[in-house]
Amino acid sequence: MATITAQRSFWEALPKPKAQTGFWSWVTTVDHKRIGIMYFWTSIVFFLIGGVEALLMRLQLAGPNLSLIGPDLFNQLFTMHATTMIFLAIMPLTAAFFNYFIPLLIGARDVAFPKLNAFSYWMFLVGGIFLNSSWVLGGPSDAGWFGYPNYSTMEFNPGFGVDFWIIGLLLSGIGTLVSGFNFIVTILNLRAPGMSLMRMPMFVWATLVTSFLIVFSFPVITVALLLLLFDRIFGTLLFNILAGADLTVYHHLFWVFGHPEVYIIVLPAMGIVSEVLPVFSRKPLFGYSVMVFSTMLIGFVGFGVWSHHLFTVGMGPVVNTVFALATMIIAVPTGIKMFNWIGTLWGGRLKFTSAMLFALGFLALFLIGGLTGVMLSASPSNAQIHHTYFVVGHFHYVMIGGALFSLMAAIHYWGPKMFGRMLDERLGKISFWTLFIGFNLTFFPMHIMGVMGMPRRIYTYDEGLGVGTLNAISTFGALMMGVAILIVLYNLLTSLRRGQPAPADPWDGRTLEWTLPSPVPEYNFDRTPHVTSRDELWIRKHPHLAHGAEGHAAAAAEQSRPDEVIVLPGGSYMPLLVALASLVAAYGLVYWYPAVFWGGIAVAVAGLIGWGLEGDNERIIRLGGNC
Amino acid sequence: MDTLEKAQQAAHPTTRDYLKVGVTLFVLTVAEVVAIYLGLPRALLAAVLVVLSAWKFLLVAQFFMHLKFDSRIYAGFFAVGIVLAVLITLAVTVIIL
Amino acid sequence: MSHASAHAAGHVEVHQEAHAHHHHTSLGIPNQKLGTWIFIASESMFFAALITTYMVYRYRSVVGPHPDEVVNIPLTTVSTFILLMSSLTMALGVSAAHRGEMRQVGKFLAITILGGLGFLVIQFYEWWHLAHDFGLTWRTNIFGSIFYILTGFHKAHVIAGMVWLAVIAISSFRGTLRKEHAVNVDVAGLYWHFVDVVWIVIFTLVFLLTEAGV
Repeated sequence: MATITAQRSFWEALPKPKAQTGFWSWVTTVDHKRIGIMYFWTSIVFFLIGGVEALLMRLQLAGPNLSLIGPDLFNQLFTMHATTMIFLAIMPLTAAFFNYFIPLLIGARDVAFPKLNAFSYWMFLVGGIFLNSSWVLGGPSDAGWFGYPNYSTMEFNPGFGVDFWIIGLLLSGIGTLVSGFNFIVTILNLRAPGMSLMRMPMFVWATLVTSFLIVFSFPVITVALLLLLFDRIFGTLLFNILAGADLTVYHHLFWVFGHPEVYIIVLPAMGIVSEVLPVFSRKPLFGYSVMVFSTMLIGFVGFGVWSHHLFTVGMGPVVNTVFALATMIIAVPTGIKMFNWIGTLWGGRLKFTSAMLFALGFLALFLIGGLTGVMLSASPSNAQIHHTYFVVGHFHYVMIGGALFSLMAAIHYWGPKMFGRMLDERLGKISFWTLFIGFNLTFFPMHIMGVMGMPRRIYTYDEGLGVGTLNAISTFGALMMGVAILIVLYNLLTSLRRGQPAPADPWDGRTLEWTLPSPVPEYNFDRTPHVTSRDELWIRKHPHLAHGAEGHAAAAAEQSRPDEVIVLPGGSYMPLLVALASLVAAYGLVYWYPAVFWGGIAVAVAGLIGWGLEGDNERIIRLGGNC
Repeated sequence: MDTLEKAQQAAHPTTRDYLKVGVTLFVLTVAEVVAIYLGLPRALLAAVLVVLSAWKFLLVAQFFMHLKFDSRIYAGFFAVGIVLAVLITLAVTVIIL
Repeated sequence: MSHASAHAAGHVEVHQEAHAHHHHTSLGIPNQKLGTWIFIASESMFFAALITTYMVYRYRSVVGPHPDEVVNIPLTTVSTFILLMSSLTMALGVSAAHRGEMRQVGKFLAITILGGLGFLVIQFYEWWHLAHDFGLTWRTNIFGSIFYILTGFHKAHVIAGMVWLAVIAISSFRGTLRKEHAVNVDVAGLYWHFVDVVWIVIFTLVFLLTEAGV
């Protein structure tokens, strides 16, 4: 028997959080489900902020020569709108679903590194707060969401805005990066017995490939941001033209990250669609192996196309051609996925729930976005439409029509599991149609505006250029989108209070999360699931579909007793401490108070040491005895 | 301990093995410095230096970092990272210069 | 066996039993090691981005000094050698940990840390020498900027490694480093070796190739 006389260190003896309910239990939690819920609500708040920033811009552009918003504020708005939506809304909302559902989908009790998981969330929150604090601390960056020098250098942009932008992204970026490590190890190493890689749900595959993209691309933007920061704060010359700098160094570093970033956003969205369509078609996903392979191919080739964002900087026709071709090649696995989704629907008994409608909306809208992407990939014509509203139309079709619609599907599909309440289907459908129509009204005209020559990032335009009506339609659509989002929010908030209690399996689902109560208990599975097939739950419900003796094994496994003793990792103060210390250090850095900066770093390091040495604060859970 | 791990732990370098690797690293480093002053044509010299440093890299990775004796999964991920890093470094350098 | 008797045998006993050091993993390899290798692959991209910037900028400065004027092979070679030897002592420390000789670990790690310190001392001296005798700071020209930033981030990684190793060494000397922590020593070792390997690349590209006129 193990003894308890081994010496305990100072750190192991420190008091640990014990609360199970209330504020401190949330703030010290390492439970992936609670972390997922925190990501969920926080990203919605940032989404609303980003949405207001967008609406202000659309109001300013509703007609020619308006003066609602001046040029400087307008530049800050498009910078913050994009940065907020990409890094503080869409990605974290996706992370909410990674966090809550990946362990459930693979039959695990939590992620591989629970404290690191909590840390990811706190760094996201801290980064988002730091970035947005610039609104009240002298104004945010106006250098665009990509912050190209030399407009973003100290020489042309002497305020603190750009520094807040850089450091805010570095902070939240750390959170994203480490979650990449966490999910790779979780998915590879914590799968339930029998869950081979080719039996994993598509959302799990999507998360795995996305996590690889994260861990390989985020370090590159980290360098780009650090180089810019060093130029600004310490006067280095990396982007100083007179010293011989080449600004395309930044462009390359940024977009080597930036292109994989869009796949980081869209692959999980595709994964969600691959979960939702089969359930509401009552058919398995068509061509699973090909879908897996296509996902990997998109991820891999996605690292080889970044210079299509640089077609107009003068790399020459040979380089341009190489990247144009590589970009067009990505359309192939993407198209394959489209056909497979259609193949999934084909011949199915379709059920048009809100979740299904949003997923179908994804198919239509992402297709359009993908096609305009191929149009942009032709480097000769790219010169005509680069930096016009055509591009704005393109990426909103893939970001909203693609990513956001998919996330809306996820909210309606998985919301009941997370919150234990059904959402109102009628409101869901109304919100879908409002969003779908509003979205197309907002962004379709932009393709036309762009081809007519209207540039991006301008705060106004003149009369008589032929884009006035199109802009007015676009603004009207944006207001409709605002209404749609409010309906979704209303639906969420009222359903949490008054919605129908959700059963374990409201949709007649196919995957393991639907075997659990809604909301899911702290320990997830009362017994480790034994998996014998893809779509494990569906096979359990329809054993005649199982191949051979595996079906019997499944039935036998079901008779096994629940685990009597479950060990869960307990809460910790350290992830929060390190994040808060980083926030303090960030303010020390931006205003360059070395004492504050190094002090914050020192506390963060102490927190990291405590993190490593304090032990797991494990909790024992005993399920009702049935020996 | 998982049986897989146990089997791998069995094939473990001894202290002598590590010392041999250390000596080899020393010799390679000296060779690199000497090579510079040999008056080789530049392209050849560059190739020699890259090969010698790659050899050091592999020695540290295989023995000190244990890749030769551990699960090939580790080497796989490391290789992917290195290959991606090298390709992108080359691509960007070539495009800009 | 009922819950009652398990409970009577002592909550702590059940706790220790349940505290299985090796949770079964799907790939049969420990989470920490898998995670660390992926971290190392990721960090390779970080240094690749810095190295790319170096390779593009090294001869683009408008004013001197330029790389071929300031590179100091003898001194840098000595520091490289010290770092390589510190990897050797690190590997010996990891070996000791896997053999269960937890008190030995601290000794090897202490020597490793000294090796890191030696490396840093020489490197910081080189920096001082460059600034003082060649007038090369990170604000002098773009070569200076990227040189100091690239080598600076490497040094920061060395320092972070030294702190990490010190924490382990201290717990080894105090007797709180237990056998189940062997994987943690292993993982710290991987990080240290990686930092060494990055230096091998930097030494070649920044120092050797420059001296060779490439």
